[in-house]
Amino acid sequence: MSARNFVIGVDVGGTFTDLFFLDEKSGRAFTRKTPSTPSNQAVGFLEGISSGVDDLSTIATVIHGTTVGTNALLERKGAKAGVITTKGFRDVLEMRRRDRPETWGLWGSFDPVVARDRRVEVSERTLADGQIHTKVDPEEVKQAAKLLLERGAESICIFFINAYANAENEQVALAAVKDVWPNDYINASSDILPEIREFERASTTALNAYLQPPVGKYLKNLDNSLSDGGFAGQLLIVQSNGGVMTVDTAQKLPVRTALSGPAAGVIAGAYIAENAGFPNIITCDMGGTSFDVSLVAGGEAALAAQTSIDFGMVVRTPMIEITTIGAGGGSIASIDAGGMLQVGPESAGSDPGPVCYGLGNTRPTVTDANVVLGRINADRPIGGKLARLDVAAAEAALEEHIGKPLGLSAVQAAEAVIRVANSRMAGAIRLVSIERGFDPEQFVAMPFGGGGSLHTGALIKEVGLANALVPRYPGVTSALGCVIADMRHDFVHTLNDMVDSIDISSLDDEMVRTDTEGRRLLDESGVTLDELTTVFELDMSYLGQTHTVPVAIPVTVSNKTTGVTREILRQAFEAQYEKTYGRLLSGIGIRILNLRTSVIGKRPKFDLSLLAPDDGGSIEASRTGERNVFVDGEWHKAAIFDRLSLPIDAEIPGPALLEQPDTTIFIDPDLYGKVDRFGNIVISRKA
Amino acid sequence: MPDIDPVTLAVLKGRLEQIADEMDATLFRSAFNPIIAEAHDASHGLYHRDTGATLVQGKSGLPIFVGVMAFAVRAVINKAAKDGDMEDGDVYIFNDPYEGGTHLSDFKLVRPFYRNGELFCYLASVGHWHDVGGNVPGNYNPSATESFQEGMHIPPVKLFRKGVLNQDIVDILQTNSRLPGSLYGDLNGQVNALDLGSNRLSQLLDEYGAKLVEDCVEELTVRAEKLMRSNIESIPDGQYSYEDFLDNDGIVDEPLKIALDVTIRGDEMTLDFSRTSPACAGPVNISESTTVASCYVALKHVFTDVPANAGVLGPIKFIIPDGSLLKVKAPKPVGGYTETILRVIDVMFSVMAQAAPERTNAHAYGTINALSLAGHRQDGRRWVMFSFFGGGHGGNPKGDGLNHGNAPISTATIPPVEILEAAYPVMFTKWALRQDSGGAGKHRGGLGAQYELELLEKNADVFLFGERGKYCPKGVFEGGEALPTVFTYEQDDGKHHPAMVSKMVNMKLKQGQKILLETPGGGGYGRIEERKLSSIQRDLDLGYISPDAAEKTYRVAIDANGKVDADKTATLRQEAAQ
Repeated sequence: MSARNFVIGVDVGGTFTDLFFLDEKSGRAFTRKTPSTPSNQAVGFLEGISSGVDDLSTIATVIHGTTVGTNALLERKGAKAGVITTKGFRDVLEMRRRDRPETWGLWGSFDPVVARDRRVEVSERTLADGQIHTKVDPEEVKQAAKLLLERGAESICIFFINAYANAENEQVALAAVKDVWPNDYINASSDILPEIREFERASTTALNAYLQPPVGKYLKNLDNSLSDGGFAGQLLIVQSNGGVMTVDTAQKLPVRTALSGPAAGVIAGAYIAENAGFPNIITCDMGGTSFDVSLVAGGEAALAAQTSIDFGMVVRTPMIEITTIGAGGGSIASIDAGGMLQVGPESAGSDPGPVCYGLGNTRPTVTDANVVLGRINADRPIGGKLARLDVAAAEAALEEHIGKPLGLSAVQAAEAVIRVANSRMAGAIRLVSIERGFDPEQFVAMPFGGGGSLHTGALIKEVGLANALVPRYPGVTSALGCVIADMRHDFVHTLNDMVDSIDISSLDDEMVRTDTEGRRLLDESGVTLDELTTVFELDMSYLGQTHTVPVAIPVTVSNKTTGVTREILRQAFEAQYEKTYGRLLSGIGIRILNLRTSVIGKRPKFDLSLLAPDDGGSIEASRTGERNVFVDGEWHKAAIFDRLSLPIDAEIPGPALLEQPDTTIFIDPDLYGKVDRFGNIVISRKA
Repeated sequence: MPDIDPVTLAVLKGRLEQIADEMDATLFRSAFNPIIAEAHDASHGLYHRDTGATLVQGKSGLPIFVGVMAFAVRAVINKAAKDGDMEDGDVYIFNDPYEGGTHLSDFKLVRPFYRNGELFCYLASVGHWHDVGGNVPGNYNPSATESFQEGMHIPPVKLFRKGVLNQDIVDILQTNSRLPGSLYGDLNGQVNALDLGSNRLSQLLDEYGAKLVEDCVEELTVRAEKLMRSNIESIPDGQYSYEDFLDNDGIVDEPLKIALDVTIRGDEMTLDFSRTSPACAGPVNISESTTVASCYVALKHVFTDVPANAGVLGPIKFIIPDGSLLKVKAPKPVGGYTETILRVIDVMFSVMAQAAPERTNAHAYGTINALSLAGHRQDGRRWVMFSFFGGGHGGNPKGDGLNHGNAPISTATIPPVEILEAAYPVMFTKWALRQDSGGAGKHRGGLGAQYELELLEKNADVFLFGERGKYCPKGVFEGGEALPTVFTYEQDDGKHHPAMVSKMVNMKLKQGQKILLETPGGGGYGRIEERKLSSIQRDLDLGYISPDAAEKTYRVAIDANGKVDADKTATLRQEAAQ
């Protein structure tokens, strides 16, 4: 057996598969970018791996950020799933929480992922206090399952009202379905999400059933292809919460991969920034149609309890909180009937894309503005699809659609578009930082993806952030994140009791049980882990409030107890409530809705200085030319540098453009950039 | 008007909207009662220091408040002018529905915002409280004939004086509510929202300077008006009329007419409600400010690009005669204002369908069906379950209407069954889409719902305040009507329907008895003959329509396997046409 010394992160995107290779033996790290193969992602995946490693038996671990689940959800290409549910409730999935797609305008519609004729009811009922009102009949369940098979169901979701309070009926039904169902794609809502609120639980469970066949097949195929190539290591999958899980767990819980790719990027951002001395960052990922931001405070990424993948498609599992606004490179700039300049939300996407692509769009976009302002190199477009960009066409479009109505020249119009776009992006950053009580001066912006680095400088000034940090390989950040991410298992259980009356010893038992279960899963995974930690959190509120605040409970398990007390619960709640809302309320009881347990296994980290520039480079040798850029109403001469060959400690005063294969960094005239010891560029204000 | 650079204007517009949005979010998260926390029946904004006109308003609050809050701020301006004692740190509180719009459940907090000792603008917060006294728990009293029966009535008074809370007022409010704890929590949430808005606005003024922000705010109003004018100009000149009816006022079972004659001339629009019924005895009257606000909501659903800014109403003239159902004064009851404004909005949609066909949808379900159940637990604790229910949206140029949506006046979500069952002694036995409830047409109306529940405690009193029990949601362009609201309740002697069809008070329900609320769908869009047979087949397969409705309403022939027979259908329809 050959030595297994490679750890490989693989992020499969729509156009490219990004890979990050770490050779643990030699301490060498390198990246690769290969074309994705959307019809069968496994093909591009293997080609990518082979581009960096000759012998697959030398690989210890492959960690994968996947968009197979995300795409199946967005493109509605999941399996035909079936639902067995409580009599009277087959439409929960379709009725949602009685919302609508847009506040203004009443033209939306909604098709649930499981059509109405594949949702079958059975007689059974559990009450809110957990009492069984009507027992479920296994025979009736089997008949329902058979009917669903006849109607073409490939996977199944069992969802009963109040199953969070008592799972008995669901578990009986689960056993009955197992007797007649031809595969393992069987889900009970009490296993997937034993939490109160029927629509959210039903939606999460149904989406899991919807994803199991396609994600399961893909992962099995991938696992087999790797094994056939001689791979004998571990295949791990990144979850939406930024942790990783085994390929077995991922096949059972594919819904947890809904934001797998972006989550890995945020994890990488956190790690890179913390090493560089910035534990507080805001990651900014600018794509063709959207701008995604996430907050990392004290090295920890903020998590959201649930996300809507699309209207009515709610996934309730902890996910890296990503705030998205419709302002990307392809966002279209326009003047409304009142004469206001708008950027987005309409987008030209990547096809036809910006005017300068010459593929048929004639309305100016953010990218067109960047081209006209000289910030994007028209002769060397990123991505390699086009030979050069049509600057004249971009200029004409800006002149026509923005310049004329506002009485501005084409370049002035372009700068106005960038300012409005920056302002919208700054709004997204404020939303995740200032508005949650974080001081922007304590944060740095970290752009990744292709476009963000052009705007970061302006953003730090507009929001009042301290600095910007551009990682050495912004284009492969997600792949790098795969290699860094920790193992993680999350559990939730609805308690719905009061601090004053809850049975403390059974709460303690439940905390110990979930801790033990999480540790067992981590043990069984066989993954090398440095350290295990468990985080306990309760969703709490004053009695009568419907929204809860997440409260971390500062206890750990030892000798099979957490030592939790009522006083610990009360103090933790009051501290968190006061921090969130400013004032405590007197004389009102404190309620505990859910227990959330996260068990985290820290994976060994690698030394980021492996990525640092080689010795011997010089600023002069890195300089490749100069270009005119338009900033603050006038043209400036900006020096251009080859970013990757700049040496450590190099200081580059703005205005300057730093180019590398997957991105261009723009340094404003009043800013300067400095290469740190890891090869990151730190952008700061000039003294 | 100074020349403001267009970019700064766009930037400041976004910043100001963000302040209002953030005030919304703070109240939603910290509110106690689900009508605010889940249903978002609240709103926040910034208002003009002299006129009270809306400068910006949050995007996530209840749409109807967008038009109404300006009147509420106006009421405070009048009060301050009369007393002459307004100071920095004051917060006014009131729920007067005649000056400030809507109904007594909506408590408005208005705070003058000072900058360097000068009044700069007003910040306001409005939220629907769970119980404000009156005859009926939850305050939807369909039998009220005076507002005194609908709840306590608070004129604009100072809740805070120079930043100091007047606890006496809080005591008075709490004493007058069945749910004082909930009231206290919501009041605190609103104060939090005002504090936050005030801090954020100060920061913005520090950054940009008061003068620039003020100029921008004025310019935004000018732009909003210009935008609305260009929208009106896109509609052909002419007069367009429509009328629809409310079932009754809850006191006398007679229909009430809402009639609208719209004249479009160039970039101006006149909305004339002269032919509408006069004020009625029961609580479906509304005040003038509420009428204006509901027209604004309808227009914003049709012209989605216009901002929440007073300028939008600039080119619009309202004619609402004194004594109209749509312009009442104290103490005429107004508790059911939601039902009336939904009808005003439906009428607006039908008028716009004539004027701007490419922009309009058929009626949505047109009633919030406020249902409350109240009683006492065995240990004596009082419980009040109060909720609004959903229905279908209208067919539209793009496609079928949404199944089970929220009302056009709100973005409210419905509380989960499991939350309701955990909080109240009820067991739902049905929570389902209602077959055949959507109006037929080229694009079918969305489906309404069936909600059925059984009482688990010994006794409860049931109150329903609904509409569309007799007059169904209408289609446009020959699209069909939706099914009406039907309420069924069990008594010892069997099943019953309310005498007032969609309204009832004090019905006694016993343990084990059930009530069933069936809500309307949306109206249909276009002729049924234009609906694709494959869409009718799908509706049949999924049970959205019954075979019976397919044959009778859509006039299709169905074979023994439940499949639509295209040839026979063509013959059938030809015969019918002759």
